[in-house]
Amino acid sequence: MTITQTKIASPATDERVAKRNPLQKLLGRPEVGALVGAIVLFVFFALVSPTFTQPNALATILYGSSTIGIMAVGVSLLMIGGEFDLSTGVAVISSALTASMFSWYFSTNVWVGVLLALLVSLGIGFINGWILMKTKLPSFIVTLATFLMLTGLNLGLTRLIGGSVSSPSISNMDGFDTARGVFASAVNIAGIEVKITVFIWIALVAVATWVLMRTRVGNWIFAVGGDENAARAVGVPVKATKIGLFMGVGFCGWVLGMHNLFAFDTVQSGEGVGNEFLYIIAAVIGGCLLTGGYGSAIGGAIGAFIFGMANKGIVYAQWNPDWFKFFLGLMLLLATIVNLIVKRRAELK
Amino acid sequence: MNAHKIDQQTLLKNERDPLTHTPVHLLSLEGVGKHYGNIIALSDVTMAVDNGRVTCVLGDNGAGKSTLIKIIAGLHQHDAGVLNIMGEERKFSSPRDALDAGIATVYQDLAVVPLMPIWRNFFLGSELTSGFGPFKSMDVEKMKDITKKELADMGIDLRDVEQPIGQLSGGERQCVAIARAVYFGAKVLILDEPTAALGVKQSGVVLRYILQARDRGLGVIFITHNPHHAFPVGDRFLLLKRGKSIGYYDKKDITLDELTAQMAGGAELAELAHELEQLGGHSDVVKEVQAEVADVTHGAETPKESGPRHA
Repeated sequence: MTITQTKIASPATDERVAKRNPLQKLLGRPEVGALVGAIVLFVFFALVSPTFTQPNALATILYGSSTIGIMAVGVSLLMIGGEFDLSTGVAVISSALTASMFSWYFSTNVWVGVLLALLVSLGIGFINGWILMKTKLPSFIVTLATFLMLTGLNLGLTRLIGGSVSSPSISNMDGFDTARGVFASAVNIAGIEVKITVFIWIALVAVATWVLMRTRVGNWIFAVGGDENAARAVGVPVKATKIGLFMGVGFCGWVLGMHNLFAFDTVQSGEGVGNEFLYIIAAVIGGCLLTGGYGSAIGGAIGAFIFGMANKGIVYAQWNPDWFKFFLGLMLLLATIVNLIVKRRAELK
Repeated sequence: MNAHKIDQQTLLKNERDPLTHTPVHLLSLEGVGKHYGNIIALSDVTMAVDNGRVTCVLGDNGAGKSTLIKIIAGLHQHDAGVLNIMGEERKFSSPRDALDAGIATVYQDLAVVPLMPIWRNFFLGSELTSGFGPFKSMDVEKMKDITKKELADMGIDLRDVEQPIGQLSGGERQCVAIARAVYFGAKVLILDEPTAALGVKQSGVVLRYILQARDRGLGVIFITHNPHHAFPVGDRFLLLKRGKSIGYYDKKDITLDELTAQMAGGAELAELAHELEQLGGHSDVVKEVQAEVADVTHGAETPKESGPRHA
């Protein structure tokens, strides 16, 4: 014992730790690959199309990014926690339909429908997570099943209740204007209309980042994604954490669903299919590891921003939007490769 | 904490017969058994753990060592016999339950989450927080400081608590896990084959930490299949074979040779030597095995006066 203890007279700095310069430290962050990609893309479109850097165009790009980004927050956290959710795209529509159909059918204040939709969204997340933890099936299968079921329910129930493929208009109902103010208004900043979703998005990213980096729950999220068994063995509530993550995705889906509903006043019951991949792509481009245990909420946000830039940039550059999907696929591939290289480099140093 | 001293006093007096007075032990098993379906994984195992003592559980692969620790650590529930903690009968329903009772387990493979920084791993599941209600946040700086200090106290000279724990060597990771258990006030520390995947030097380091934990007053359960690692640090030895206890010894009643003989079985070693000879094995190797057989049988033939005490 005495031998080991005399050995520890450790100086404040250790000679074995070569000083990492700030640049290398930055390169060790999960979102750095996405950040580099975003800057390259921004410069590229700025050169190709002069309108791209106009304040109004930027506001539009940010709005487009926010509709992906709000979901990407929940999906990123879920992915860090080691799972993913294929039902998110249609769950957004389910939430919007619930709010609109309920308040229309029972002629209530729309806020009643909005709160019910919140319960339904959280419930969908809970059921996804609960089935996953009970059956121990891969999340791919479980959420694929919920995806299909929700798609069917959206179409079937909407036709059954409203007799049409879209929900009836609720624009003249009580509470519609206040709800639109909360979920779908615009804020005027120096003459530029910025959609409120942009601010909701930023707020969600900030909260998610704080949770991940500074709270116990954040520690648990990294742990259940990194090594579920090790986490369980040291007393982390694995089930509660994972179910909570699915419910977090549900919450984000509710926010976006409410925006979709109040930005217009009807919802198409067949929409949303395929959007789940956009959210997953945003999270992956942003540096979240598909296998879990690594990533950041800011990364997901940058991923969504890249998506928004590519989506609108093609229009501003006056290219045929047919190319967008190809472009998106290429971005995904490049981003993941860059992430991989950067991560390996950073770990070696 | 009063109880501790008394326990240890009584224990020292009663060391000749540690199995009769149940309440004196920190942890004790009596006739514990477990089956998975129709497979009997463990039957009728009796052992005890005390403050400042190392109880070694020895056995070959499939002897039931893992089942035994899983029962004590709360991952599985026993379906026969009694598990006593401080004289109180318990059955743990989860690892959290066992942790709350002061039993910490350091697993060979799932001790840590490799991608997470050392300090996050150190406090995983027991994070320090400050603030109220929904605004409770982790006290990151304090946690980093404590991690650094605790590891230094255990004699673990650390480079950087921010680095992912996956970058540490196997031995260092074991040591972090041990330091973690000690810091969080574990009374019983279970070590699941901590030296199995390590080289000679690293094993030595881990064995030294086992003694450090013992000197801090913890009851240690050291699971291993290597009698050479168990003998120098152990106070008691429980030998398992095919799910059954084949012996429970106090250190003064047994020698390393006897322990090895009990574990491997002298007859089996002799058979191995014979087989190797027939296969035309390298003569030096055969000679070595034969020498060991001679050693073992010699050791086993001359038991001490008191004789090994069977549980």
